[in-house]
Amino acid sequence: MADRIVVLGAGTGGTLAANRLRRVLDDDVQIVVVDQDDSHVYQPGLLFVPFGLTHLDEIIRPRQRQLHRGIGYRQTAVDRVDLDTERVWLADGTALEYDVLVVATGSTLVPEETEGLTGPGWMEKVFTFYTPEGAGRLRDALDWFDGGRLVVDVVDMPIKCPVAPLEFCFLADWYLRERGIRDRVELTYVTPLDGAFTKPVASATLAGLLEEKGVELVTEFNAGEVEGSGGRLVSYDGREVGFDLAVVIPLHSGAPYVGRSPGLGDELNFVPTDEHTLQSRARPNVFVIGDAANVPASKAGSVTHFEGEVLVENVRRFLAGEALDATYDGHASCFIETGFHKALLIDFNYDTEPLPGHFPGSIGLPLLKESHMNHLGKLMFQWFYWHSLLPGRDVPGIQSAMPERGKHRERASP
Amino acid sequence: MTTATYAGQIVTVNDEGFFENPDEWNEEMAPAIARTVGIDELTEQHWRVIKFMRAEYAEKGTGPTVRVLGKTSGVSVKELYELFPKGPAKVAAKIAGIPKPRGCI
Repeated sequence: MADRIVVLGAGTGGTLAANRLRRVLDDDVQIVVVDQDDSHVYQPGLLFVPFGLTHLDEIIRPRQRQLHRGIGYRQTAVDRVDLDTERVWLADGTALEYDVLVVATGSTLVPEETEGLTGPGWMEKVFTFYTPEGAGRLRDALDWFDGGRLVVDVVDMPIKCPVAPLEFCFLADWYLRERGIRDRVELTYVTPLDGAFTKPVASATLAGLLEEKGVELVTEFNAGEVEGSGGRLVSYDGREVGFDLAVVIPLHSGAPYVGRSPGLGDELNFVPTDEHTLQSRARPNVFVIGDAANVPASKAGSVTHFEGEVLVENVRRFLAGEALDATYDGHASCFIETGFHKALLIDFNYDTEPLPGHFPGSIGLPLLKESHMNHLGKLMFQWFYWHSLLPGRDVPGIQSAMPERGKHRERASP
Repeated sequence: MTTATYAGQIVTVNDEGFFENPDEWNEEMAPAIARTVGIDELTEQHWRVIKFMRAEYAEKGTGPTVRVLGKTSGVSVKELYELFPKGPAKVAAKIAGIPKPRGCI
C-alpha cells in the first residue's frame, strides 16, 4: 500500500515541508496537510504593522494556495494524536491514518498564564504585536500616544523570534523621533535575561544600540503580574516597572492538541526532538519542524527554513528504511531592523554564537553591524518567503549549514 | 576552574559557583551551599524543590526553568520565589549541585 504522510500545520514549516516532500517522493505517496484556518501570516511583517510600515492585508495570504498540486488540505482543528494506532483525530470527529507524521504546528501564545495580563487594560493600555489583531490594535494606540512611559516586556523565554522585541524598541525610537515627540517618551526594555540578548557578543552589540537610542534596559525581570489599569508590571521578586503603554510578549507554549496527545509533548506542549535529525523522541515515524520542536535553536523562520532540507531527506530515508541524516546544525540567520532604514544581520548555529564579519562569505552583507543593505535585505525577504522559501526552493547562495567563511572568530572572545 | 569546600569536601565549580560534576554533590553539602546564597535554613519545601531538580537533571540532562518548575514540581512560581528569592531555577540548581539550567536560547 502507498505511504501516507500527514503534516499538521500549514505555516512556514508545514508548507515548505509538504512542498519539498511532494517534489522528492513518488506520486503515489499521499500527503495531507491539516490546519484550523486559511490565513497564512508572514509573521516577520507583524513587527512593521504598529508603525504603519505595512498592513495586515499585505502580509496574510490563503494557506491552501501556498501548497503545490497533489497535496491534500483539510481545514479543521486537531483534537489529538494517537501514537499507538498512528492516527490523528480531527475536531470534526474524523481520523487520518499516517505512516509518517510531521508536526509543524508552531507555538501558541498563552497570555492568560500571566496574572492580570488579559484583565482590565488588555488591548487598551497593554498590547502585543505577536498576533495580527494585537499588531493592528497597537497601531491605533501608537497613533494616539503623545508621551509618557512606553515599556516593552518579554514575560519569559522561549519566544518566537527573540530579536523582535528589540527591533520593536529600535523602531519605536525612530517612529517617535519622526513624530517629533521622542523627548516626551521614556522608552524601557524589560527582559527576564541577564542582558539584551541570549548570546554574549550579540548581546553587547545590542545593549550598545539600546543605549545609543536612549532605551533603558531592565534585566532579570520575571513578570509575575501585569496590572493594566494601574499601569505597572510586577516581577515575582517584587520589583515594579510603571507604564502608560505596555507592549508585552506573552508566554509561549506548543499547540494545545499536543497536550491532549499522550506521550507526544513536554510540560510546555513542545515536542521533544533530536536536534540533528529532527525525529521526535516520541516515535520513530514522527518528525518535527519549526517552533513546535524543543530543539535548542531560536524559534525563527530561518531555523524552520534550514531544517526543511534535513527533515525532508529524513522522511524519505525513513520510508526507504535507510539510516537518518544527522546534519542539522542549528543554523539561524536573522535581520534585526534598527530604524532609520538600517538593519543588522546575525548568523549562528548550535555551536557558534553570532559573530562579526560578512555573510555568506567574505564579500557579502555585514554581520552584527548596522547597514542600509541589511535593511533592504529584510524588506526583500518577504518576496523570497512567498516565492522561494514556502515553495521549498533554496534561496540562491544560502545553504542549510551555517557558512564559516566570512566570520571573524578572533574578535569573538570578550 | 575553581574549587569550593562544602561539608569538609572539595568540589569543582565554575566561576559562577555551579557544580561541574553533579556526582560530587551530596545532601550534607546543601545547607552550606544555601548559606552562600543567603538562605540560612533549608525547609521541607526547599528540599522538595532540590530533590525535584536532581531528579529532572538525572532524567533530562538539564535543570528545569522556573516556568517548568511551577508547572511540574507541585510548588507554585510565587512560592518558588519566596523560597529562593534571587531566582528559583538558578539558585535551586546551585544548591542541588547541578549545572546552571540551559533555559533560554
